[in-house]
Amino acid sequence: MAVPLSWYMLLSLAVFSIGVFGFLSRRNIIIMLMSIELMLNGVNINLIALSHYIQDLRGQILAFFVIAVAAAEAAIGLAIVIAMFRNRATAHVDEIKEMQG
Amino acid sequence: MVSIGFFIYFAFAIVVLSLLVVTRKNPVHSVLWMLLLFFHIAGLYLFLNAEFMAAIQVIVYAGGILVLFLFVVLLMNLREELSIGKYTTFGPTGFTFALGLFVVVSMSLSSFIAAPPGKYSIDLIKQETHIKALGKLLYTEFIYPFEVASLILLVAMIGAIVLAKRRLKS
Repeated sequence: MAVPLSWYMLLSLAVFSIGVFGFLSRRNIIIMLMSIELMLNGVNINLIALSHYIQDLRGQILAFFVIAVAAAEAAIGLAIVIAMFRNRATAHVDEIKEMQG
Repeated sequence: MVSIGFFIYFAFAIVVLSLLVVTRKNPVHSVLWMLLLFFHIAGLYLFLNAEFMAAIQVIVYAGGILVLFLFVVLLMNLREELSIGKYTTFGPTGFTFALGLFVVVSMSLSSFIAAPPGKYSIDLIKQETHIKALGKLLYTEFIYPFEVASLILLVAMIGAIVLAKRRLKS
């Protein structure tokens, strides 16, 4: 008996929602970046599960590109964190108000 | 029956580990839980007959991205980090939003209709081997997106160097 596809979709949705929660509520900007990685991983689970169940490899190609973009995003995001830490000596999002947001 | 047992273990572990990642106060603990999470996700990919993606998951995420995160976490002031609250004032709003997202999208899951199956059945992939089938597709049909991905990585590399380097004194 095989695992139904909807279970995989529910799992990926749960991981994505946890990532959304972490991104919106955490104070530390590094944990926010990690929550973004969590969301991208949730999407990857969905893509690979669909590619297995629909029997088409394109989902895995798409997941491959998502991983490449995630690596680029992590590098840029952490460079921004380091630049911010040098200028303000903080990694908390609620202490940064240079742009009056 | 065995496969369902395995799936339930992996799904439970993945959800619990992601919750641990976003709720731990110490960022080093978060990063270490995330390492375990990535290994579990790689196990789930093996379960879905995607060996290459499982290997990439371990090599790129656990070996590359997470080490980068760990380096930056160790640059921070952990003592100050542990002394103040971990959530901003948006905490309850974020929780409500995420819960609402989960409920609304999971209600719409039951009306999902899968596309008709394509030609890459498990037998075909087994016959051709997974990496060969994936590589053929990647270097023929998806060659332009592949080049664009390399460009994105180049831009990320240059951008990271420019952003993180110390400003030169003139």
